[in-house]
Amino acid sequence: MEPIPAPSIDLVSLAPVLVLTVFGIMVLVTDLFIGKNKSALVFISLTGLLMAAISSLAKYDLPVYSFNGAYIVDHLSVFFTFIFCISSALAILVSIDFNQREGIKVGEYYSLILFCTVGMVLLASSTDMIMIFLGIEIVSICLYVLAGIRRNDPKSNEAALKYFLLGAFATGFLLYGMALIYGATGSTKLTIIAEMIREGSVRSEPLMLMGVVLLIIGFGFKVASVPFHMWAPDVYQGAPTPVTAFMAVGPKAATLAAFFRVFAETMPEISPSWGILLYILSVLSMFIGNLGAIMQTNIKRLLAFSSVAHVGYLLIAIIAKNSLGSASLMFYMLAYAFMIFGAFGIVILIGRKGDENLEIENYSGLAYKHPILALSMTIFLLSLGGLPPLAGFVAKFYIFSAALKEGFVVLVVLAVLNSAISFYYYLKVVVYMYMKEPIKEFNITLSPMTLFVVAIALFGTLHLGIFPGPIIALAQY
Amino acid sequence: MFLTFLTFLPLVGAIILAFIPRIEEGAIKQTALAFAVADFLLSLLLWTNFDSSTHQMQFEYNVPWITTWGISYHVGIDGISLLLYVMTTFLTMISIIASWGITKYIREYMMAFLALSTGMLGVFISLDMFLFYFFWEFQLVPMYIIIGVWGGPRRIYAAVKFFLYTAFGSLLMLVAIIWIYLAIKEQTGVATTDLMFITEHLDIPLTPQKWLFMAFFLAFAIKVPMFPFHTWLPDAHVEAPTAGSVILAAVLLKMGTYGFFRFNLPLFPYASHELLPMIAGLSIIGIIYGALVSLVQEDLKKLVAYSSVSHLGFVMLGIFAFNHYGMQGALLQNINHGISTGALFLLVGIIYDRRHTRLISEFGGLAKVMPKYAICFMIIALSSIGLPGTNGFVGEFLILLGVFEVSGIWAAAATSGVIFAACYILWMFQRVMFQKLENPKNESLPDMNCRELITIVPLIILVFWIGLYPKPFLKTFHASVEHLLTRVHPDNFRPGKPHLEHAQLIKKEDIARLNEQLNGGKH
Repeated sequence: MEPIPAPSIDLVSLAPVLVLTVFGIMVLVTDLFIGKNKSALVFISLTGLLMAAISSLAKYDLPVYSFNGAYIVDHLSVFFTFIFCISSALAILVSIDFNQREGIKVGEYYSLILFCTVGMVLLASSTDMIMIFLGIEIVSICLYVLAGIRRNDPKSNEAALKYFLLGAFATGFLLYGMALIYGATGSTKLTIIAEMIREGSVRSEPLMLMGVVLLIIGFGFKVASVPFHMWAPDVYQGAPTPVTAFMAVGPKAATLAAFFRVFAETMPEISPSWGILLYILSVLSMFIGNLGAIMQTNIKRLLAFSSVAHVGYLLIAIIAKNSLGSASLMFYMLAYAFMIFGAFGIVILIGRKGDENLEIENYSGLAYKHPILALSMTIFLLSLGGLPPLAGFVAKFYIFSAALKEGFVVLVVLAVLNSAISFYYYLKVVVYMYMKEPIKEFNITLSPMTLFVVAIALFGTLHLGIFPGPIIALAQY
Repeated sequence: MFLTFLTFLPLVGAIILAFIPRIEEGAIKQTALAFAVADFLLSLLLWTNFDSSTHQMQFEYNVPWITTWGISYHVGIDGISLLLYVMTTFLTMISIIASWGITKYIREYMMAFLALSTGMLGVFISLDMFLFYFFWEFQLVPMYIIIGVWGGPRRIYAAVKFFLYTAFGSLLMLVAIIWIYLAIKEQTGVATTDLMFITEHLDIPLTPQKWLFMAFFLAFAIKVPMFPFHTWLPDAHVEAPTAGSVILAAVLLKMGTYGFFRFNLPLFPYASHELLPMIAGLSIIGIIYGALVSLVQEDLKKLVAYSSVSHLGFVMLGIFAFNHYGMQGALLQNINHGISTGALFLLVGIIYDRRHTRLISEFGGLAKVMPKYAICFMIIALSSIGLPGTNGFVGEFLILLGVFEVSGIWAAAATSGVIFAACYILWMFQRVMFQKLENPKNESLPDMNCRELITIVPLIILVFWIGLYPKPFLKTFHASVEHLLTRVHPDNFRPGKPHLEHAQLIKKEDIARLNEQLNGGKH
């Protein structure tokens, strides 16, 4: 009997994953030996993220396949690894003061973020459906725990449980879809599936199409696109605010990267079948996300609904399925990371212990007490709405050009209409900050780390808006 | 480079203001004014150094900005934008003087105003579509804040409405800009958003040309505002603080008409001709509707706001007359409306500061207690009607002359607007200034003070200057208008080689008809 050939192991392309895992374990171990002061853990985690980002550049001559074509280091994965490292670092930085305030004193918190980042890197780099599944599960399990990390808070528990149940349910769909596609093509490797589709033998196979539909449902759940978004507002509201920000950026970016790989890169030939479904998801997400956000009075729920709408815009990049699409996806997610962390950073600064000050009303008159904070919040919100000269505008411009290039004029017009709607609720917050009198004292402790994150986010939002050239060049490479 | 300096000077002022302590109100106002005055005086240099014999862009500055997309920071000025630019710096200065009495958050107010100024100036000089959009949206935020923070009782509603209306229109324009960007890349192989290059090389078949025209049209028509997109205007005007109204009427609305000159006509000449009846119809409806609605207003500011709808209808009609008189008239009327309506809002603001009401019925017999005010008001009112000798006459006369060459019926309908204008302005003037001084609250109103005179008198001088000797103004437009007219002339339509079939779409008789129209205007 012939021995099963072991695939060649290329540890260099796996470097970021390894670095992050090692540092995650280091955080866990160090936690045992230090006392109440957890600042050493923050330092270790940040070092880990920095090294992971650097090590992602280890490969030249991209793309490089390894592990028998199950893992790829290419432009998309490297760029996304950077986004993950940036967003995880920002999440850790905004957590420091928040955790102190809320009394979250667990070292696992930081290691969970690192492990979650491992999952994200895997997700963005995998070209095998099993790997994608693995990545999604690593990310999800970390997030279930993170959402419920405030063990004594019923809201946090509710968020975690809801997220877990619905997430597990969605995983079922995803796995079933993968199984069906495996049934149709006989492989889990995206490269082989792509080849089969190109040859045309499986294009109209019912198994294949069923698999595609189930995959879309599974991914749809994970990125919270309508009609699979029901969990998002509750989970976003219940989870600790830094975790909410973290969830809104990194994991979403990772899932979208995998989404792009599976659909736009692997199955462009059968795009009419999945394109129309994504089209519907995208339009529904934009409309329901934006209209839902209008009615919210809680800032976290508002941002949750707005993130549903943003998924709608991002799906357009996948529908466009061209190289501009992938580049715009990268740019958008980077811009989105800055905007979201900026906005949530301010939410954390304004918030008080035990979920106080999370209503939009609480922002009344902020501009007169803390003009800089109010101005920053305005910039983040308007950037989310897509106003020049901010990052969100360039990102939208990018995605819309990708879609218009493929002739999706109606879709872009609908998206543009939605941007106009979204201004309504973003401005609602601005109205409270600038045009209403304060209802009570703000009593804000300007914690330096959170301010630092806001400053970075502000710099990112403005820089990507005014001088996006270098980053676009990197994304378009 | 000089143009860039001028454009960003107010923004620099705004940033400097941020470092002055809020307590130092005097220093804040003086610094803001110093920047505005400097900007105005320096912008006069543009005018004196302007070569009006050519349609070419002047004071050009072009540096790459986002190289991967072929977007550059390209600015320049020609005969169409020069006077609008100077008017913007001028009225910013006047507005800052007029805002001397603001007490609430004065520093933030001045900062918003200076930032607004940069945004507006940027719109008039951008020669890159991306850059244009950038400034176009940029000025929204300060104006939104000015209305929303320093406005009247319904300010929040008005501010949000203003923002959403404009944002909605401009977002569709954004889609059109991206479409053009991709089209020019496909046709010429050059990825660029440079307006000059695109105007030179873009060939689009008629159907998409119409769609693109409509996308730009919507953005600009909302801004102008043309009937039926005008509903945000009365709200915004009534709620905005005095200086906000002045800038809104004098400059922001002009960005709409300017857009037609810079984008719609040169980029989509054929669609412009095709959609002419629609635009002329809406303009005429706007002229008459605006005037009739003004007639029944009880609030002075609302009256002036609706009169803007009517006046801007004239401007639009003048543009789409496609002849020399019409276009020159439209450009001049742009400036005239800025002067007259700006001054009217200032005057209404003066009385509002004293009485805190703008209802016509509250006044009467003011001429007795405020003679200087009454005289200024009279002059401005007459210029708004278009009495010979004032600026309004020159503009309206040129427009009507141009329109008459195209269609007698249109001209007749538009002329009725002039008559209505006389009705509502004079009737309002009569009720406010003459009649018996019955309301005891009006008996001891102080007349205009020195600061208020400083804001009004320069505008009155301009009223007569343009009214009696408009040549220096008309001269700056001349070459650019000529160039634009040849560009939109049917003889010069370029249906484009890749779309040869569209050449046949322009029927012979159509060309003959259009030729006749246009040659009529070239005496």
